[in-house]
Amino acid sequence: MLSRIAESLFWIGRYVERADGTARILDVHLERLNHLPMEEQRSVAQELLAVMGARAQSDDFGLPELLNALAYDKQSATSIAGSLGAARENARRARETVSSGLWESLNTTYYGLNQHRKDVVGTYRFCNWVLERTAMVSGLADTTVSHDESWQFLVLGRSLERADMTARMLSTRDVLSAGMSWVNMLRCAGAYESFLRTRRAAFGDQHAAEFLLLDRLFPRSIVYALRDADECLAKLDPSAQRVGFINDARRIVGQARTFLEFHRTDDLMSELPEHMERVQKAVSQASDAISRKYFNQADELAWVGEVS
Amino acid sequence: MSDLFQEYSEAAGRTGAYDEMFAPGQQARKSYGQVALALRELSLADVSARADSMARTFLDRGVTFDFAGEERPFPLDIVPRVIPADEWSVLERGVAQRVRALEAFLNDVYDKMTVVSDGVIPRQLVTTSAHFHRQVHGFEPAGGVRVHISGIDVVRDAEGTFRVLEDNVRVPSGVSYVLENRRAMAKGLPEAFGQQLIRPVEEYPRRLLSALRKTAPSGVDDPTVVVLTPGVFNSAYFEHTLLAGLMGVELVEGRDLICRGNRVYMRTTAGEQRVDVIYKRIDDEFLDPLQFRADSMLGCPGLVNAARAGGVTIANAVGNGVADDKLVYSYVPDLIRYYLNEEPVIANVDTFRLEEKEAREHVLDRLDELVVKPVDGSGGKGLVIGPDASRDELDALRKRIIADPRGWIAQPVLQLSTVPTLSGDKFGPRHVDLRPFAVNDGEDVWVLPGGLTRVALKEGSLIVNSSQGGGSKDTWVLADSPQVPVEVIPRPTIAVRERVSVWPVESNWRDSQKEQQQQQQISDAQEVTANA
Repeated sequence: MLSRIAESLFWIGRYVERADGTARILDVHLERLNHLPMEEQRSVAQELLAVMGARAQSDDFGLPELLNALAYDKQSATSIAGSLGAARENARRARETVSSGLWESLNTTYYGLNQHRKDVVGTYRFCNWVLERTAMVSGLADTTVSHDESWQFLVLGRSLERADMTARMLSTRDVLSAGMSWVNMLRCAGAYESFLRTRRAAFGDQHAAEFLLLDRLFPRSIVYALRDADECLAKLDPSAQRVGFINDARRIVGQARTFLEFHRTDDLMSELPEHMERVQKAVSQASDAISRKYFNQADELAWVGEVS
Repeated sequence: MSDLFQEYSEAAGRTGAYDEMFAPGQQARKSYGQVALALRELSLADVSARADSMARTFLDRGVTFDFAGEERPFPLDIVPRVIPADEWSVLERGVAQRVRALEAFLNDVYDKMTVVSDGVIPRQLVTTSAHFHRQVHGFEPAGGVRVHISGIDVVRDAEGTFRVLEDNVRVPSGVSYVLENRRAMAKGLPEAFGQQLIRPVEEYPRRLLSALRKTAPSGVDDPTVVVLTPGVFNSAYFEHTLLAGLMGVELVEGRDLICRGNRVYMRTTAGEQRVDVIYKRIDDEFLDPLQFRADSMLGCPGLVNAARAGGVTIANAVGNGVADDKLVYSYVPDLIRYYLNEEPVIANVDTFRLEEKEAREHVLDRLDELVVKPVDGSGGKGLVIGPDASRDELDALRKRIIADPRGWIAQPVLQLSTVPTLSGDKFGPRHVDLRPFAVNDGEDVWVLPGGLTRVALKEGSLIVNSSQGGGSKDTWVLADSPQVPVEVIPRPTIAVRERVSVWPVESNWRDSQKEQQQQQQISDAQEVTANA
């Protein structure tokens, strides 16, 4: 398939998942944020924005600005509206390859972005709507796109972004001083009920973090998402080698996953920031490696040539 | 105040009750300051839009109760009920005290009955109670607790004094609405949360689970807890699923359980699994066909014997109903003095015992001014409010009282306190009660800071039961200082924290070049341009 199309599909996967994750994080944290005194609200809003990977433009950054930055700002790829806009733009460029179901659901979502009140109460509804829409997009993609190479790129983007988003959800633990942080972390990932059923009476930060980081069966856990990505990469490049990997992306994803999966620790909580940082780094490196290998090989050749 | 409150003070004047939000003269009380401020900002359109969205959320989430075979959302009003910290600390003490007294009473009643031999309460009263079960006489339940979960209904009279209306130590329900109401309100009226400290309710399931595990039969290391439900047709089925889900335990029906050798097992795909603690949400009469109703399909034969042998903990214990008897209720202040050697913190509502001849004659003369209740009723069943009843109803009631004086009590009509409630296009005063929930783990009685506030949605109505047109309100208990909430954990400042390093040192030659790209924003910007 065309590199350009593959790239579009990869980014549709990433952006849709990013919108979904951001909506989840916003929905849960807004509730807490709202209860804080003004001064604290402001600093927490800025920290939350930083966790999501952006920086406040001015000190006067409070709740309304946070809503704009994470939900409604169409210019920023960090916001929900920006991500969904970008996903739709990518689908538009690959319109002849994606199914009409996928394209139409993304397009409808794009036009629905403006139909929401942008205050706190409206944002709750907005987040719910986004969750519904993204679920619909993934569902339609699953059932109307053939699971060939193009599908692998879509899932690859989604899995990488999912690992990244879960890492950010875990990082939000540091942000909010008031409240049961681990319940919020789990609610973010929609993992609360699953967690309770698996862990029974073992509550607490440590167990919740472990669940979101290492659980082998929960689809939003980092290890699960990285394994998905790994499987996609393997299917995209099935050439079996006796030793090692030539594919950079596979190496990066595989190393991160196996490190986490086989890592033994007594004090997960104090290591958590490092894990999160490394996972996010691995995702961005893998994403770069995938671009080099599949989307713009010309650049890669030139670049490697320079070094050697 | 906006025009939503225009005719409020007149309507409040008409009821003659204590209004919780406004002092006379339409002055918002201090505890309601924030709520009043938030409501003032809203127009009618805002309020009704939010009320609609809250109702829809409840229906979507399946927060319903079963009414005549139909699932209905439990109406949640948009105005919360606020209880200031000082009033709550009294309530909290009063509820815990009552639970301790009832626990002691039940232990005594199913054992030596010293309370009878010491002349505090007549033997006949205990033994004639419909819920005094001889089947569980003479043994201490495993874990040593009988009243694990209780809901003590309290109301405020015209002076604003809290009084206990009834005790529920069998199967108190409604706590699921406390949890769901808080979630809905956080999204429905976020402005009102603002600057005040509202004590959280979400730790209830964890407290409950830890209390249940703590009271497991001795010698069990990792007890298995289950919630026993009558099934999907029960009016409180939603609550059973919610609690089981939030505790992360199995929700079982009677047919999932088997008793063998005085132990209880559940049938699972991995074979039979031992059950140590049963949170029982079905009535005693249906629990065990060997001991109670032989035609019951809801229970499991052998449970009572297993409990007697100490093989399983049943929470709440079988036979607690005797403490719910409304005639026993009239003795609870005496029981508190007898068992705890304390004065009751919260008073009872004055109650006439109709077996006493003088009281009965007095009541029969004034039936049209009193409330008459059956002693073993719940959910407002069979209750007659004198001033609202017709001649015929009162005559019928009179005959029934004379035929069975043990079966009834009479109380003066209480003007329950009112809280503003949305009705049509404005707020009107509506009567409320309060059910705080307490969890007893054998060492300590913990009272959930909050509770179920039920509200009679019809103007002037005093009946708050959901089956008779009642709704609910979120109940906010304010914390008096930031130190009180147990939730606050000190925030580690990110800059100060020591970095632990466990990942392998990166040796890849590309990494150094990638360092500059760590800022997601920058790489995102590139992604966008790359895609555009």
